[in-house]
Amino acid sequence: MLPTPAQTIGPFHGHALPFPGGPEPAPPGHPDTLTVHGTVLDGAGAPVPDALLELWQPAPDGSRTGAPGSLRRDPATGGFAGRDGLTFTGFGRAATDADGRWAFRTLPPGGVPYLSLCVFARGLLHHLFTRVYLPGPGLADDPLLTGLDPERRATLLATETAGGAGPGGRTYRFDIRLQGPKETVFLDFR
Amino acid sequence: MPADQQDIAREIAARAEAAAADGRPRHHPDRDYPPYRSTALRHPRQPLVPVLDPEAAELSGPVFGRTDLTDLDHDLTRRHSSAPLGERITVTGRVLDRAGRPVTGQLVEIWQANAAGRYAHERDQHPAPLDPNFTGTGRCLTDDQGVYRFTTIKPGAYPWRNHTNAWRPAHIHFSLFGTAFTQRLITQMYFPGDPLFRHDPILQSVTDPAARARLVAAYDHDLSVPEWSLGYRWDIVLDGPAATWTEEGR
Ligand SMILES: [Fe+3]
Repeated sequence: MLPTPAQTIGPFHGHALPFPGGPEPAPPGHPDTLTVHGTVLDGAGAPVPDALLELWQPAPDGSRTGAPGSLRRDPATGGFAGRDGLTFTGFGRAATDADGRWAFRTLPPGGVPYLSLCVFARGLLHHLFTRVYLPGPGLADDPLLTGLDPERRATLLATETAGGAGPGGRTYRFDIRLQGPKETVFLDFR
Repeated sequence: MPADQQDIAREIAARAEAAAADGRPRHHPDRDYPPYRSTALRHPRQPLVPVLDPEAAELSGPVFGRTDLTDLDHDLTRRHSSAPLGERITVTGRVLDRAGRPVTGQLVEIWQANAAGRYAHERDQHPAPLDPNFTGTGRCLTDDQGVYRFTTIKPGAYPWRNHTNAWRPAHIHFSLFGTAFTQRLITQMYFPGDPLFRHDPILQSVTDPAARARLVAAYDHDLSVPEWSLGYRWDIVLDGPAATWTEEGR
């Protein structure tokens, strides 16, 4: 069957898609919590304040089944109850702020060295996929990274920055450039 | 000086001609589509890098369940003390993969303007009235046949600043998940026969007329409820790499 075409997310998704706890798949206080943060920038280097990022990853044990409960609701009030603090759903959603900044607090992915990101924005007619590669073993023989020239490969590598996410946690920076000299590598799954 | 509608019409026609001459089937919009001005600095210039890895994490995806919804989420007309103004409608259809298999138990999210063409969003400055009884957001899970269903009101057309006298045709924004992250889709559903279609660079960014038609719902009289609401049917087919729809049992 022929696919339904994509259309831009537009500027007015802010009251519909973001949800409390969306950017924090990691259970609160989890000792392995890692923070990934950055800025979404356009081809002029200006921040993109109306982008939405989604994160998907295997659980730390390598499980890829995910789990419900990212948007857990309160049946009494109809509002958001927040994540249950125990289940790792593998899914996160973060809107960029007025400075184009975003952050996820999550757990290390099991079995792969990367977090998967999907980027939506006003002015972007069709979403873009990319990957946040975390420093560590497993990057040297990654089939995607090894096929890229060094300059382009660098756009997929998160860099560790100061400041911990929690006890023992680490913080990484990953900027997303939609266009321009250090344009992020975006992916086409075939 | 901002472009006027005639400038945009010329650019839309040029892109349509180029796409038709090229002959390559284009199901999705090109990210570089100058008639939609905001694409200029927001599309990558480098080609996308192919990923052929059958172990890619993106071939699995997030799941949602009963706990992620309330029973009222699918009815945008019952979320406030009174009913919203506007034409009450039901929108329903099936979510399928490219093999025609239903996508079951997955999250569908919608958002839209009110009947006057105004979003309940801080940054929407269109001087049309807000409706205190309409927020314009909804969610549901597809059932075991892949069917989603929403009750809402028909949104109004609204102006935007792409060019002088730019108006968006009435539309509902849809967000969909498949069984793989690669099937993720955000799109817009349009209403049949809207005279604004040919003026709208966002819809026209889908340059193949057949693909564009797949964004337009059908009025279905059998879905209309006597003395209550009008019915629209719109089926959605999620794209994705061949691995997500050619393998049995995935
Ligand atoms: Fe809209």
